[in-house]
Amino acid sequence: MRLPASQAGKLAVFTALALLLAVLPFGTEALLGRSWVRVIDGALLFSMLAIGLNVVVGYAGLLDLGFIAFFGIGAYSYSLLASPQFGLHYPFWVLLPLGAVVAGLFGVILGAPTLRLRGDYLAIVTLGFGEIIRIFLVNLNRPFNLTNGPQGITLIDPIRIGGFDLSKTYEVFGMKVAAVHSYYFLFLLCVIASIILSLRLENSRIGRAWIAIREDEVAAKAMGINTRNIKLLAFAMGASFGGVSGGLFASFQGFVSPESFKLMDSIMIVCMVVLGGMGHVPGVVLGAILLTALPEGLRYVQPLQQSLFGRVYVDPADLRMLLFGLALVLMMRFRPQGLWPSKRREHELKGEA
Amino acid sequence: MLLEAAKLEVAYGGIRAVKGIDIAVDSGELVALIGANGAGKTTTLKALAGMLPWTAGHGSFDGKPLREMPLHQRVRQGLVLVPEGRGVFARLSIAENLDMGAYARRDGDIAADMERMYALFPRLKDRRTQLAGTLSGGEQQMLAMARALMARPRLLMLDEPSMGLAPMVVELIFKTIRDVSAQGVTILLVEQNARLALTISQRAYVMESGLVTLSGKASDLLDNPKVRAAYLGE
Repeated sequence: MRLPASQAGKLAVFTALALLLAVLPFGTEALLGRSWVRVIDGALLFSMLAIGLNVVVGYAGLLDLGFIAFFGIGAYSYSLLASPQFGLHYPFWVLLPLGAVVAGLFGVILGAPTLRLRGDYLAIVTLGFGEIIRIFLVNLNRPFNLTNGPQGITLIDPIRIGGFDLSKTYEVFGMKVAAVHSYYFLFLLCVIASIILSLRLENSRIGRAWIAIREDEVAAKAMGINTRNIKLLAFAMGASFGGVSGGLFASFQGFVSPESFKLMDSIMIVCMVVLGGMGHVPGVVLGAILLTALPEGLRYVQPLQQSLFGRVYVDPADLRMLLFGLALVLMMRFRPQGLWPSKRREHELKGEA
Repeated sequence: MLLEAAKLEVAYGGIRAVKGIDIAVDSGELVALIGANGAGKTTTLKALAGMLPWTAGHGSFDGKPLREMPLHQRVRQGLVLVPEGRGVFARLSIAENLDMGAYARRDGDIAADMERMYALFPRLKDRRTQLAGTLSGGEQQMLAMARALMARPRLLMLDEPSMGLAPMVVELIFKTIRDVSAQGVTILLVEQNARLALTISQRAYVMESGLVTLSGKASDLLDNPKVRAAYLGE
């Protein structure tokens, strides 16, 4: 029996994509070295964050500039319960869901006092929230040492599935599978699960209520939508993606400190969502991958300058922010709907022009 | 009575916009609330819909106490407002707008109701995939009414449906209001165009600086010399 052409095409694309994703970490390591596999792992974690923020910003239209706080909360709730800090070593299948719940609760804590705020005002409060969480992480080493302050928490347990320790190197069919590879597959699974969950949410009754609130909150109320609960739900759901991502990050790194959860990181996630295509899950994943991977390419700029001019004129770190700002300006000028927008948003922005 | 409010008071800050009024609407009625700009008509409607808190008074909808009932609960009970300025979802299509109207309902008859709306408002049918923001003012008003009807309201409250519309369009809108009323939907209509409102309604209240100064049968009010002088420009 032959499949219809379109279906066969879909199947072929799907198979090719699955194969590509399966060999990606090994191919990358062979071609570019192991550090690039780490970059891919980071891109996957940021994809989860972008998917989470997309629920809040893209679906419900609530601008959150402190989203990294939920990543931090997830990372610390994993770290505190799976490290020598308190001598606790709970398994990951307890801690990752717990991270989601704790981050979700903090999402509600952030959401509740900001229910009446929108736009710029909401952005300022969420920005403050993100900083408050970071400052708490820095200072909660006294009077009782909860977070170990700026030193952070070390020796965090890696994820162990049965007898399989993701931080160790194994030989599978003669191939060396190291921590970066094992975590890659775990992160990939989590990203795929996040994408499916997020798409289901978008097309649910709750998703429709979020869209209504984003478009016109007063009208949404008049439709009989309980805007308070639905907004809190958006904060909580979005935050829980961040919480899981944070837990994965902590186990992968084996070390967390408040340094990883700064305002700049929050802004990065917002940029991923905006540049990729607000409200469109494939778009925000693309945004996350590009914004994680492209700046890494800049590390070749330093040796390049050295070999061309004999000295380094521009520090790659400065160049990164410079190019980043330029990219934002150009995007807002020429493609405000994002690189890969949803059909709806493309339509909207054309309609306005 | 389907809807009853007694001694209803609403204040913005310290200023009382509605100073204790009694309003009642019975099932099947078309009741108008008329008055000059700033008389408190819209405020009254918003308070009834749950968009503004009551500072005093008590009321009921279908026998259930109204004053503390949250907005979304009122919609579920069938008390639906078409707000002033229509409030359509400009960046959603017409079909999506109608679908949102049925949000509070949980039964499966939504597709059939949508077809009924398209029959009632044929202009919307041809444009079902168009974004609501691209519609004319009159079409948006029709969409706002259709969307509210999708909630299967037991009392439909219309706030200034004629606002900003050309006279011919206003006539069409009022014809539609009469049609909807004839189909058995109870309507409370707030309107500045007193003559039109009194022509289509059975009963009316006249508001003046936060108080109901006159009320009665619409035909009597149309003949009332005070009303004629103050609101009908005679």
